[in-house]
Amino acid sequence: MSFISYLINGISLGSVYAIIALGYTMVYGIAKMLNFAHGDIIMVGSYVIFCLMSGTGMSPLVSVILSIVCCTALGITVEAIAYRPLRGAASPLAVLITAIGVSYFLQNTALLIFGANTKQFTSVIKMEPIQLFSGQVTVTGETLVTIVCCLIIMIVLLTFINKTKAGQAMLAVSEDQGAAKLMGINVNGTISLTFAIGSGLAAIAGMLLCSSYPSLTPYTGSMPGIKAFVAAVFGGIGSIPGAFVGGIILGIIEIMSKAYISSQLSDAIVFMVLIIVLLVKPTGLMGKKIQEKV
Amino acid sequence: MKKIKMSKHLKDNLTTFSIVTVAFIIVEILKATGHISSLMKGLLVPVCIYIICAIALNLCVGILGELSLGHAGFMCIGAFSGAFFSKCTQDVITFAPLRFTLAIIIGALFAALFGFLIGIPVLRLKGDYLAIVTLAFGEIIKNVINVLYVGKDTDGFRLSLKDTVSLHLSGEGKIIINGAQGITGTPNDSSFEVGFVLILITLIIVLNLINSRDGRAIMSIRDNTIAAESIGINITGYKLMAFTISAGLAGIAGVLYAHNLNSLMAQPKNFGYNMSITILLFVVLGGIGNIRGSVIAAVVLTLLPELLRGLADYRMLIYAIVLIVLMIFNWSPKILELRKKYSIKGLIGAKKAGEVK
Repeated sequence: MSFISYLINGISLGSVYAIIALGYTMVYGIAKMLNFAHGDIIMVGSYVIFCLMSGTGMSPLVSVILSIVCCTALGITVEAIAYRPLRGAASPLAVLITAIGVSYFLQNTALLIFGANTKQFTSVIKMEPIQLFSGQVTVTGETLVTIVCCLIIMIVLLTFINKTKAGQAMLAVSEDQGAAKLMGINVNGTISLTFAIGSGLAAIAGMLLCSSYPSLTPYTGSMPGIKAFVAAVFGGIGSIPGAFVGGIILGIIEIMSKAYISSQLSDAIVFMVLIIVLLVKPTGLMGKKIQEKV
Repeated sequence: MKKIKMSKHLKDNLTTFSIVTVAFIIVEILKATGHISSLMKGLLVPVCIYIICAIALNLCVGILGELSLGHAGFMCIGAFSGAFFSKCTQDVITFAPLRFTLAIIIGALFAALFGFLIGIPVLRLKGDYLAIVTLAFGEIIKNVINVLYVGKDTDGFRLSLKDTVSLHLSGEGKIIINGAQGITGTPNDSSFEVGFVLILITLIIVLNLINSRDGRAIMSIRDNTIAAESIGINITGYKLMAFTISAGLAGIAGVLYAHNLNSLMAQPKNFGYNMSITILLFVVLGGIGNIRGSVIAAVVLTLLPELLRGLADYRMLIYAIVLIVLMIFNWSPKILELRKKYSIKGLIGAKKAGEVK
């Protein structure tokens, strides 16, 4: 029975990775950049919830909504200040290094404001655990909500992209920025929208992550952020179902290797997965192959 | 009398060497006359380590044009293999300089070997993917070393990935690498003088490489891979060459690091991802592709926080802002246009832009 409970934990952690990976994959698909600071936006979102709930005693729902608003605003600001000026730069390294700078900036700002001490995050989700198989497997409320949240987000996002005009604009921009511009699509606006959605999702991911793993430090977001990128690559970067599948599989791999191989080596195993995927199938499970042109 | 005509490269290189040598002599004089605080003295070897690392990474980022976020991992390999050698041969080779020289060579070779092995798969990727995969490799190296146990007894070496008990050492066996506790009791062979010599060696290797036929081939790959391939340059070979040398040099820095401390542990703060970023900071602030800049940036950024103690809390924040601003200032197409338009000396501006590229 322990196998099933590990599996459920893995799916739960994987759902969090999937939500983060959605943000990565959308930004990568549209702006063609690796947003290194994405993981740190998760951390900012968690701190906002933490402050609102323990500082002012707001209800969990209100603080989560405010956190999403804050992160969305942060994402748009970061894009406008740090990334937009570098669009069309001669070297692809320029925007990558800037993103690392932004990540560093967010971490150190949090370090200055909140200090390096671990903050105990009170779970946002108040739900009784569910007993399965006559009490042999316990599923916590956090686990259940995480998985449901992830499914809802996936469906909403897919509908948004396929059924609305803004979503179609996103697809067009990811396909060919120049042509999209000629068709009268506001490219900058669309990219801002992508960052807004990605950062909003990051806030939700932060809430779910810290509810399940309640220790909050300025570095909370960086490791899950990198692992979610692994998930996005695994699923095929730019593909939304891919990010979902990649996230879930990665979560299961991580929990299983923690349980059955070695807890210290689990990170190494997750990264090994990335390397193997990139070597065997660089476009991921559901990615498209892009031919490089001269 | 015939005047010897020096090429521009030679002049440039000689300037770099003389800056380093003059700085070394000044510090030595200050040390001899007692004008240097003990705090500063403690920083001298770390400065050397950072300089070597920055030069190594600049070879990868500036000359090869690929961002590696795993150089802390190569440093880690160099540090552990070098310290491992010194610890094993402490009783056999009692002449410290010889032992340390061998340790440096072994550390560099091991790091270069790993750079080569990792480079084969990794260098097929580029840009963002390469950055994240090197980061992944750096983390893997750190994680594996943290669960590595190596002991030595009369039967030879024993290795385990679990704990010290599973090594099954006989009576007088001793543990050399003790998992997360790392290696303790490495002889303190590092000194500022050794560091200076190593910096010179690193500079000679890198500057000669850049100005050689191979170096020009590497830079042509950076500037336009497809064009370089079309004129018959072996892309994979040259990429691998630059990456391996870069990893080996980072290994040298690692050996220096290991022999400067009593206990060597692979922790996030010394061999983690943040270390790679710190080194990247030196490279970016010194100018990507500018070796002399890396040296100066590494010195300034290591010593500055100690001089401005009051700002210590804000140091990293300021670095982050400087990093972002500098990247935008140097690379943003719009700002480059403005800079060209309003530069006081158009010529110098154009030259600088060319250098950065």
